[in-house]
Amino acid sequence: MAEPGVGFGPRATARVYWRLLRAGFRRQSAYRAAMLGGLAANTAFGLLKVAVLFATVRAAGGEVAGYDVGQMNAYIWISQGLLGALNLNGRSEMATRVKDGSVVVDFLRPLDVQAAEITIEVGRALFALISRAIPMLAIGAAIGMALPASAAAFPLGALSIVLGIVLSVASAYLVGVAGFWLVETRGIQICYMVMSGFLAGMFVPVALFPPFLRILAQATPFPAMMMYPVDVLGGHTDVAGMCGRLAAQVAWLAGIAALGQVLTRAGRRHLEVQGG
Amino acid sequence: MSTIIETVGLTRRFTVREGLRRRVLTAVDELSVRIEPGEAVGYIGANGAGKSTTIKMLTGILVPTSGTVTTCGLRPVADRRRIARQVGVVFGQRSQLWWDLPLRESFRILAAIHALPGDVERARTAELVERLDMAEFLTVPVRQLSLGQRMRAEIAAALLHAPRLIILDEPTIGLDVLSKQRLREFLVEQRRSHGTTLLLTTHDMGDVERLCDRVLVIDHGRLVYDGDLAGLARASGAERVLAVVLAEPTPDLTDIPGARHLASEIRGLRQRLAFDAQASTAAQVFAAVAQRAEVLDFTVEEPDIEDVVRRIYARGPQYHL
Repeated sequence: MAEPGVGFGPRATARVYWRLLRAGFRRQSAYRAAMLGGLAANTAFGLLKVAVLFATVRAAGGEVAGYDVGQMNAYIWISQGLLGALNLNGRSEMATRVKDGSVVVDFLRPLDVQAAEITIEVGRALFALISRAIPMLAIGAAIGMALPASAAAFPLGALSIVLGIVLSVASAYLVGVAGFWLVETRGIQICYMVMSGFLAGMFVPVALFPPFLRILAQATPFPAMMMYPVDVLGGHTDVAGMCGRLAAQVAWLAGIAALGQVLTRAGRRHLEVQGG
Repeated sequence: MSTIIETVGLTRRFTVREGLRRRVLTAVDELSVRIEPGEAVGYIGANGAGKSTTIKMLTGILVPTSGTVTTCGLRPVADRRRIARQVGVVFGQRSQLWWDLPLRESFRILAAIHALPGDVERARTAELVERLDMAEFLTVPVRQLSLGQRMRAEIAAALLHAPRLIILDEPTIGLDVLSKQRLREFLVEQRRSHGTTLLLTTHDMGDVERLCDRVLVIDHGRLVYDGDLAGLARASGAERVLAVVLAEPTPDLTDIPGARHLASEIRGLRQRLAFDAQASTAAQVFAAVAQRAEVLDFTVEEPDIEDVVRRIYARGPQYHL
């Protein structure tokens, strides 16, 4: 056979990541029962949010922090639809692989470990997005969801959702690689889970937070995972606002991906020196 | 082509914490070995002798404390990815397959990882599927495979990119006799047709006997034997055992020349005799027994690897042939 490793051009690289993405997608599609369970939970909590947040809007005289009933409805069902795809719990396969040592197998491949792990997880998330966002949006539309004023919201919103998903997966990966230095990452993971959902705007929109909490949230990447895509798609902001949120997402993603590279290399180095 | 593996004075120490005290453990101690292309080498030693540590240094997962290591002409830690394209590794206890996907998907992903062109991918996958008899479970998710099926799949996964060097860590652990035999036949054939170099660690004497023409024995991180298998048995002085079934109850055969009576069962109908592999042949011992009693059946038991290794260890370090 020809010298292996010849022809590792952009096409070969694209083929690897395409197959990894598809593998993640297929993997998630194997868990139908989990999908249906998630769907039921998303619907129940969505209806609960409707009850609480609609009452809030009405009590405030028909508008609160820029949300009328239609926009609140859009917020509720778009965010519920994203829940399946976003990783807001900080768990990852990387955490397991670092803990049980199988990450050694990953290091024995001619592949960027971080990029490969994130790609598979994004593949899974895309399946969850398709299977769980569509029913949520259907419910929202039936109840009367506000539509964005500008048509640009649709392509920008799609991009923003993808960025939010990748960002959430890349952040959870960081929790996983902390395992190179810590015997047990569950403590960090639980802290992460408690903070991320709330600060991402899972329970109430970030705009409804008291000012100090809003500033705190914006100092973390969490709103960029969920709140920003919802803002862009839910008609809560104008085109300039959409572009600003997208830019913030890109900046967070760049920072977190770079940190992941550094930690992966340092972790590998740690294994090399300390032994696995 | 040049040497596949070369280590010079390769050493690895670990600091182990025991409560408050620290202890330095030398896992691999001044290991110097050359392995040429096409060789098949059995790397044996007790648990904790330093086999896995060596493999990790060969593949760039561990940095040596001192000494040098070259694999496929490259420095493992610095050239990890380039080495990964030329080496296939199977860790018996760790899977490289995607657990919840059909087996075929794992092969497709690995083919892409190693940038195999489409036609090469198809031909190589077909070859491995046929030789390792995997057609019937190619569409089954990996988590549902039996141990034997999974092990074959692991080996196929490591060999998909036709690596120059295959490193197998306990490849036949837990397999039944038939699966072991199939796997060994496959490895022999791959070596013959692709000129692949083979390095395997094992506790199974059968693996070494059927696959390897050279044996390295490591004890407490030190190389204590480097030579062929026959030499190993000779050097160790390990005994073979002749077990006979006799036609009539017979007194213990304690006076067979060159043999030592081990045990009798059923009033001497079955007896076991140990003999030194160098001093006597099985035929000589058998002939002597046949003069004393009518023999219905017999088997010859080869020394097991644990015994050989124990004996080599007992002779002390640095015993080279």
